[in-house]
Formats: sequence, structure tokens, C-alpha cells
Amino acid sequence: MTQKPASLFDWNIVGPAIGDAFKKLNPRLMVKNPVMFVTMVGAALTTVGIFTADSALRSFVAQLAIWLWFTVLFANFAEAVAEGRGKAQAASLRRARKETMARRLRNGREEKVPAPILHKGDLVVCEAGDIIPADGDVVEGIASVDEAAITGESAPVIRESGGDRSAVTGGTRVLSDRIVIRVTADKGAGFLDKMIALVEGARRQKTPNEIALTILLAALTFIFLLVCVTLKPFGIYSGAAFSIPVLVALLVCLIPTTIGGLLSAIGIAGMDRVLQRNVLAMSGRAVEAAGDVDVLLLDKTGTITLGNRMAVGFHPAPGVESNDLAASAQLSSLADETPEGRSIVVLAKEKFGLRAREMHELEATFVPFTAQTRMSGVDLHANGAQPTMRVRKGAAEAVRGFVESAGGMFPQSVAKTVDEISHRGGTPLVVASDMITLGTIELKDVVKGGIKERFAQLRKMGIKTVMITGDNPLTAAAIAAEAGVDDFMAEATPEQKLKRIRHEQAEGHLVAMTGDGTNDAPALAQADVGVAMNTGTQAAREAGNMVDLDSNPTKLLDIVEIGKQMLITRGSLTTFSIANDVAKYFAIIPAMLMATFPEIAPLNIMHLHSPTSAILSAVIFNALIIIALIPLALRGVAYKPMGALAILQRNLLIYGFGGLVVPFIGIKLIDLIITALHLG
Amino acid sequence: MEASGWIQLAIFLIALALITKPMGLYLMQVLDPNGRTFLDPVLRPLERATYRAMGVTPNEDHTWKQYTLAMLLFSLVGCVFTYAILRLQNLLPLNPQGFTAVNTDLAFNTAASFTTNTNWQNYGGESTLSYFSQMVGLTFHNFVSAATGIAISGALVRAIAWHSAKTIGNFWVDLVRVTYYLLLPVCLVLAVFLVSQGMIQNFKPYAKATLVEPMKVQVEKKNERGETIKDASGKAVTEEQTVTKQNIVQGPMASQVAIKMLGTNGGGYVNANAAHPFENPTPLSNFLQMLSIFAIGSGLTYYLGRMVKNQKHGWTVWAAMVILFLGGVLLCWWAESSGNPIHQHLGVAAVDGNMEGKEVRFGIFNSALFATVTTDASCGAVNSMHDSFTALGGFVPLFNIQLGEIIIGGVGAGLYGMLVFVVLAVFIAGLMVGRTPEYLGKKIEAYDVKMAMLSLLILAISILGFAAWAIVSKWGLAGLNNNGPHGLSEILYAFSSGAGNNGSAFAGLSGNTPWYNTTLGLDMLFGRFLMIVPIMALAGSLVQKKVAPPSAGTFPVHGGTFLILLLGTVLLIGALNFLPALTLGPIVEQFLMQGGKLF
Repeated sequence: MTQKPASLFDWNIVGPAIGDAFKKLNPRLMVKNPVMFVTMVGAALTTVGIFTADSALRSFVAQLAIWLWFTVLFANFAEAVAEGRGKAQAASLRRARKETMARRLRNGREEKVPAPILHKGDLVVCEAGDIIPADGDVVEGIASVDEAAITGESAPVIRESGGDRSAVTGGTRVLSDRIVIRVTADKGAGFLDKMIALVEGARRQKTPNEIALTILLAALTFIFLLVCVTLKPFGIYSGAAFSIPVLVALLVCLIPTTIGGLLSAIGIAGMDRVLQRNVLAMSGRAVEAAGDVDVLLLDKTGTITLGNRMAVGFHPAPGVESNDLAASAQLSSLADETPEGRSIVVLAKEKFGLRAREMHELEATFVPFTAQTRMSGVDLHANGAQPTMRVRKGAAEAVRGFVESAGGMFPQSVAKTVDEISHRGGTPLVVASDMITLGTIELKDVVKGGIKERFAQLRKMGIKTVMITGDNPLTAAAIAAEAGVDDFMAEATPEQKLKRIRHEQAEGHLVAMTGDGTNDAPALAQADVGVAMNTGTQAAREAGNMVDLDSNPTKLLDIVEIGKQMLITRGSLTTFSIANDVAKYFAIIPAMLMATFPEIAPLNIMHLHSPTSAILSAVIFNALIIIALIPLALRGVAYKPMGALAILQRNLLIYGFGGLVVPFIGIKLIDLIITALHLG
Repeated sequence: MEASGWIQLAIFLIALALITKPMGLYLMQVLDPNGRTFLDPVLRPLERATYRAMGVTPNEDHTWKQYTLAMLLFSLVGCVFTYAILRLQNLLPLNPQGFTAVNTDLAFNTAASFTTNTNWQNYGGESTLSYFSQMVGLTFHNFVSAATGIAISGALVRAIAWHSAKTIGNFWVDLVRVTYYLLLPVCLVLAVFLVSQGMIQNFKPYAKATLVEPMKVQVEKKNERGETIKDASGKAVTEEQTVTKQNIVQGPMASQVAIKMLGTNGGGYVNANAAHPFENPTPLSNFLQMLSIFAIGSGLTYYLGRMVKNQKHGWTVWAAMVILFLGGVLLCWWAESSGNPIHQHLGVAAVDGNMEGKEVRFGIFNSALFATVTTDASCGAVNSMHDSFTALGGFVPLFNIQLGEIIIGGVGAGLYGMLVFVVLAVFIAGLMVGRTPEYLGKKIEAYDVKMAMLSLLILAISILGFAAWAIVSKWGLAGLNNNGPHGLSEILYAFSSGAGNNGSAFAGLSGNTPWYNTTLGLDMLFGRFLMIVPIMALAGSLVQKKVAPPSAGTFPVHGGTFLILLLGTVLLIGALNFLPALTLGPIVEQFLMQGGKLF
């Protein structure tokens, strides 16, 4: 599904959109958008006016009517194109929703039923080759699952009962083994269904800011309606009998048709952009809220650091050669498949040219890490069952116990080194061989490249970043400083995360976080924006209001930007739309009065050809600007992370000042053209 | 536009800037139930006694609904009270001239007018009202309607400054404290000063003077109702009279003029208002009257800054007001100085400008300045006849009123009107920076936008609706003494002045008819109380909101960018509504005048 956004005017989208633009003329749909509804009523009145107009003016009124209808159609077209692009995205999602047969378990017996009749709580069985019929949780077994249908990622993923990787999505395919799934969503309520509805615009609910903006636009429309209606009696008194089509033209030009026509397209396109980033959002509200977020809680691992700690140095104990320490450290890590273990082997090779040996050559057995021993290592068996030498590496406290129980001493200087490494933010692993403490390996978190710059940008945008980690406070502080986060939470438990979120919210902040485990669910639900990883549990996914299909925690930053961009686009086009009124006023008002008061000619500062050409030009400009701005509405206003004041100044200049100037030029040009074509 | 005008303008601006902070700081104390002022020893006991008499618990705060209801009830009672006094003035004391009872529609209009701080006068005070009616029926309202406006703005500012709360202060406490600690003492000082300038303050019957040179005048014949008798063609019937004696007005003028200016009431003691030598005796009295019109409104912006702990925001709002004020003064002054080309053809020196309807004592600059000040604030006192201004010069007062009286504005009303625009500016700008809009940390949501727009809608409906009705109805046209665009301006001005609670008039309109008395009365009531209700609802919503701490992601509501944004919002959202109608009035008239046509 990861796909390039369709080009702005892909014929496959534009073609059907033209048809949809007409279908959307249904008054019951139009009434949801007060600005365009008023425009449509105006267009209808003007159409009637064609038949009652003087024959000399009939062509003028007919042209007016045509352009007024175009205004409505262009707005509908904008919405239809946005929906069309969403549908194209949704189509690939929907392909994943092919009708499948499910193997439902009932009273221990398996029965074949069509997937759509599955209900929440049903148990279904899936074996290699089966398509998972619905969203659910694995309650039994482990399987590798191909999720390419929704994530576009071809490598299969492991899904197993219990733990943090238990969620499966309907439409994905089981590649191996057998799992039993408890269905967690009825047909139509799954993640895919919700997202499809959102990007298609079908069940799109207006976001809070969109509602507020709609109220503003509706109120402006009502005020301008009042202005135009009362202008009729004022005109009668003044001896200027304004005709209905002319008053309609003035009304349509003054009401904010530009933003009114593009408003829903902006919202749909915003959701579409979220989906292009491979994120499923549960509502537009969540995406909009992401733009407001000013505190980000980020898991250290995977977001800020590369996920794994790497060995960066060996610190031998007094009287031990570096070489020996490295050799033992490598020996203890030969069979250690953790990234940390591998990095020790690599470092020993790089620094001391020690080649990795094979375990069986050494007749060694691996002693894996356990939560009880908190150590791992190898036992060497020279010739017998009894180990001749035991090499261990692990946390300082654990190794001290190991050495002391063997009758050895834990040197003071090693303890000191351990402390120093901790202070630097590293993780010390002490290596010992039986009763001899050999020294310390220094492991360090590797901060992702470019992340510091990204946090600096966020700071400029007024967003505070908080790193969450299970590390001790010392380590956490060092990494936090290196990554440039504003704050950190060390030794964080799910309860503490929840508390922290509540605390930030009480101070008036909006908080976003990412999470995957079931224990993250309360915090995800509490956060204003909770992004659950697709690899996570169903509980986490239900608690969050977005799911990142790529399970990439850095994605949160993209979502914030999309949320902001949606609002900026709305605000900028509103400003543009209102600022346009000045030029339209100068085009239409003198034209309306010219016949009665020829002295008013100097007010025609654009020197438009004639009253009819002036009014037509303004109406045509008003219609064409909607088409011209569709790409902007779909793409969103360019957004660069910078301070609010800088953004405001930039957008005020482009859309406010630009909105004042552009229509003067546009209307004049249109007037020249229609005059040349003898239409005015 | 001579140098002396520029110097006076500079002095006026400097004086205005200088009084803003002290007034704001004093308002901090006055609008705080526990505030301390140097008048406490005298007024505290009186204040406490008042609360006891009214049965008010001073530290019990109101929710926005309780606050609004208290204000509405108080205004209703006050309105009925004044109506009763006017209807019964022939039976009440202090009526040495023996005026009869005021008729029903005029009494309604006048009661509504003074309750709403408008002071539109469809009567000549010196020829209609007894001293008792002036002092008790009207001056009472001059104080409490001003105090009501200040109280409402204080409540709105509190709602912005406080957070996560339900209440916005106690209306009765605000009303009493503003009247006792602010209006009464300042008026006392101001009145004494005005008396020192030559203004009268007595209870004598009118003086009669015998004219040295008797003169013949044509006067309109009136029926017993006081209406002009018209002939078949609709023209007023006139008769010749020889005048040998002049009635010279007397009475308690200084006390009423002080509050008329300070409280932006504007109702003149005499019909000629501040153009009358008694009501405005010296250049200094003229200057101080203008300054006192702006004093409280200007101080309230400082109060805003202080309360929300962002003094720069207060000054930015002040700056927006002052820039709009300057624009008006300069345009009006320029238009009046440029004069009327038709006069010039008749031999009037171009350099004299348009002196029609102006006092020679004040000249063009001080008339233009006064006209701008009195219409920026919803005062309505005049020292020249706006009707006689050039079309463009008359456009300025009309436009000022139609913006919603937000340029410094009526006491309190100016600030709460401007804050509506601030909320709208913040909303649009907030979207443009990509966050749910926040005003001083409070999110501006659908409900707030709805209430802000509702108040603008009410202003537009009141002005345009009534004016459009008047302009095509026989009752409306009956009052017109001028035709053409000037007649339209007069009607537009009347209903703008009413809805904006200004009270000044384009004098060509005969407003004392049952239809005008009734519609203008309603216009004033709508423009005042229907505006306040959504604004108080906005306050009720804002006070409950949490405050998000400012960050780099919130744009500042002070400084040049916000100033431009606020001005743009006021001009685009506030003014575009009225421009089409204004084009048919003063704008067309200006072009016609240049073409040699007058109305």
C-alpha cells in the first residue's frame, strides 16, 4: 500500500470526479456546506433570471448563471478529486478485504463461515496459507504472518499469543504454523474499514477546528446575505434598481467561496497524506490534535537511539592486560546473539585483531542470560564434564557476587570505572573469569543521526520532547543530553508514564506518545494523540488513536507536521478568501452604480471595460480561483518547522497581502480577455 | 491642514498616552472588590451600606448567566424608572418652566436611549425636560449605564485572565464600585473645573434677554404634538415671527456635562450640545472634554494588559485603536480642509475649507477632531454639525460608528467590542500557524467563534435591517429633510448611531415621530443588550478554559504582526459589511459633490 501519491490530476481520478461534481449538486448534500449552498441557490435564481432579463442583458445574465454554476461545480469537483485520491488509496486497502471464509471455532468444533458474519469475541483458526478474516488477538500459538497487504513490507512478521506481538489485522496472510485468533472487531469496525471510510470522505466527521471555521464562514455568509438583501431597498431609494442576478453576483463574490469550496477537500487530502505515510488514523480529530501537540513522549529505544547498545571500549582491571580482557570478553560473547554481544565480538576484532573463534573448537558451552543470574558467558570444558573455566560478563553487582562466591576479590578500581561509565551514560558490563575480575566493557547507546537537529526544529515549533527509558537516571541523563531532548523519564514504568501524561495535561499541554505493549495501553488512551505500533498488541492498538503500520516511532514527528499543515492550509485560504473581497468590491460596486451615478467612474480603479464585463470578470475570477487552488488544497501549504511568529508573518504576507493583490491582477486580466472575446 | 492642528493633535495623543497607565492602574483597584484606593476612608462605609441596602454579598461571584441576568434586570428597572419620570414630569418637582409630560413614544425612545448609554435625543433638552427629569431621570443613567459598560468589560477581561473558573465577578459590586470610586469622584473634579471655565451650574429659571436688534425669522409651523405641519407637496409650512426676546438656558449643566463626556454618554444639556458656549466655553474645556471621552476606554486597555499579565498585549490593542483613530482624524480633517468646490465657485476662499455647521471658535481641526473622538468612542456629543460636513468628512463619523464603536469606544463597550475582533483575529491567525487557535493560552473553539460572530451579526442586522426598512417605508422617508445620497446617509447614520449606542446625529433627520422613536429605541436596545449577551456567553466560555503555557508554537498577541492582523480583521470583517451601503451614501455623494451636485 505504500505508494506514491497520485499525481494531482491523474485522469483516473479526475474523470470520475467530474461526474461526482454533478452528483454532489443534491441539495441535501449541499446544505452541509452553507457557503456553497447559498452559492447554488444564487445560481438557481440567476438561471431563472435569464428568462426575465431584458433581451439586451440576456447573454450577460446567462453567462453569469453559467459561471455561478461553475463555482458550485468547481467546489464539488475539488471535494470529489480529494475523495477520488482517497478512494485510490482505499482501493488497495480494500483489496486486502477480499471476502474470505473463516474457520470459526464453536464449542471446540471448527466450522466454515463467511468472514463478514464474524462477531467480536469469536474464535477462529488460521493455518499456513489462510487469510486472517478479521482484526483480532492471537490467543494460542505462534505464526509468521505476511502483512504486505497493508504495510507494503514484504518481510514476514511473527505474531504470537501473549506478549506484545499478539495483534493481527484482517486481510493479512498466515505463512506458517497455526494460530487461534479472538476476533476483536465486527465487520466494518476494523482498522481498515475505518481508514477506508475516512479517506473516501464517506463517514468523515468534521474536526473541531473545521466546525469552528465553518461557523465563521456561515456567519460571514449570513452577514453578506444581509448586506446584499438590504442593498436592494437602498438601491430603490437611490434610483438604482439592482437586478437579482447582479445582487447574486455581488453576494457570491463577497461570501468566502474560495475556502468554502475547498474546506472539505483540505480535510480529506490531509487524511490521505496521513495514509501515504502508512499511518491509520481513527479520526480526523486525532490528526488535527497532533498539530496541537506540544509535548512528545518518545521511547528512547528505536526513536532516539538505534535500538541497541554497542561496545565502545575495554577498561581492564589493575594487573590485567587489555588484550586478555578483550579476549575473555569476546569469548563470553561468542554465542551471545544479542546485538550487544555481537558488538563486543566486533570491537575485540577491530581493536586487538582478535578473530572470533568457534564455540565447538573450544569445547565451550554457552550460558545464556537469565533474569536471576543477570549474567551470560561460557563454560570451558577442557576434557571433562566439569567446567575448567567459567567466564562471565554482566551487571557489576551480579559479577561481584560471582567473583566473591568463587573466593575472589572485586577490585575497588573496577567499581570506580563502573561508576564512571554510568555517569557518562554508558552501560558497564564487568567480565570475570572464575575468581579473577578482568575489567569492564563499556557499552553505549548510539543516538540516531540527525535526531538532534530534528528535536531542535521541534523546539522552535514550541514542542517539548521527553525521552522515556527504563535506564537508570545517570544513563538517561547522558543520552538525553546527547540527543538534545528537553527532558527525560528514567526507570519509567507504565504507571509513571500515565502519571506524567496526566501531569502535563493538567498544565495545559497536549501530549502525544507512541507505544506498543499492553502495559502502554492506559497511557496511550490518556494521551491526546496515541500512536500504537502495528507490531504491538491489540490492546495498545485499540487504546491509541492511530496505528503506525511501519512501527516506526519517529513517524510521530511526521504526523505532527501533517496535522499542522492541515490547519495552516485552512487558515491561509480563509485569509486569502476574505482578503479577496477588497478587489471584488472595487470591481462590482462601481459597475452596479455606473448607470445611476456616472460620476462614480473614478472608483473603477482597475479601469474595467464595462459594468457587465466588470461583474462577469469578478464572478469568473471567483470561480477559477477555486480550480487554481485545488492543487494547493490537496498538497497543503508548504510547511517548514519554525517559530509561530515566523510562520504567521510568512503566511500573512503570502495569503493576506497576496490575497489583496492577486484578484486585482486576475480580474483585470479576465476583463481584458472577455472584452477581446466580446463576451462582456 | 495647518501646523497648529498638527501640534494640537500631537498634544492630544501625548496626553492620551499619559493618562492611560494611571487610569488603568486605578481601574485595577476599582474593578477588584478588595481593591484599595485613596478614597477608601470616605467611600468604604458608603459602599458597605449600599450593599446592605441592596442585600448584596460582595464576595459572592456570579456565573456569566447570573451576571448577565443581573445586568439585564437592573437595566430594565432603570429603563422603566426613567420612562415613568418622563411621563410624569409635569407632576414632579423642579420644573420651573412648567414642561408637560413627555409623550409615550418619545419617552420610550429617551428611556431606551439613556439606559443603553446612547443618549440619542429626539428632543431639545432645554425646551422639553424639567430639571428633575434631566438630573434624576437622565443623569442617573449617565452614571449607571457607563458603569454597566465598564462592569461588562471588566467581567470579560477577568474571564480572559482567570482560568478553570466558573464565575466572572459580581455585577452589583462592579456597578457600585465603578460608580462610587471612579465616575463620581472624577466627575466632581471635572465639573468643578468646567465651572471654572465658565460653565453654568444653578437651578434658576431661564434668563430672558431683550434683543438689542429685534429680528424676523421664518419658523416652521408646528401642531400641538410638536410635529411640523406640512403642505400638500410635503414641504413644511413656515410663518414669519419677530423675535424681541431671547430665552437663555440655565440649570445644573456642569454636573451633567462631566459625566456626559467621561461616561461617553453624549446627551447634551442643550440641543446644540458641545457647540453651545455654555456647554463648551473655552478651548481648554474643549480639549478636556475630548480627553475625558477617551480617558476610561483608553485606561481599560492598560487594565486588560495588567490583568492578563501581558502589558504589551494591552498596548497593542491600544495601538490598534489609536491607529484607526488617527486614520479617521486625518481623513476627516483633510476632507473638511479641502472644503467644497461648490462653495469655492461661489467665492469662498479655498483655504477656509468647509466651515458650514462649525463653530468659528473651534475651527476645522477641532471640529474634525471632536467629530472623530465622539464617534470613535460611543459618546455622541458634538461641537459641530456632522450633517454639514463634506460627504467624505461625514463618512468618517459614520464609518467609525459602523465599525462597532471599538476605536477606544464607549466606556467598556469599546474594549469588549474590540476583544471580539481580537478573538476573531486570533482564530484566523491561529489556524495559519497550524495550531488550534489560542488567545493568551486559551483555545478558541467553535462556541467562542459562534458567540463572537453573533455579536457582529446583531450589529449588522440592527443597522442595515432598520435602515433598509426606513429607506423604503413612508414612515422612514417622512423624516427626511434631504434627498439623494445625503438622505440615505442621514438614515444610515441614525440607525448606526442607535445600534452603536453613539447618539450623535446627522441632523437633517426629523426623528421625533412615533415610527422613528420606536424603531430607534429598539435599535439602541438591540445594539446594546443583544450584543452584550453573546459577549458575556463568550466570557462564560473563556473563564472555564484551561491555560496552555506559551511556547515558541504560540504566536504572540503583541507587536507589529499582531497589530497588522488585528487592524486587517477589523477592516475586512468589520467594515466590508457596510461599504456597499456607504457607497450609495457618502461615497457617491463625494463624487457628485466634485461634479457640482449638492443635496
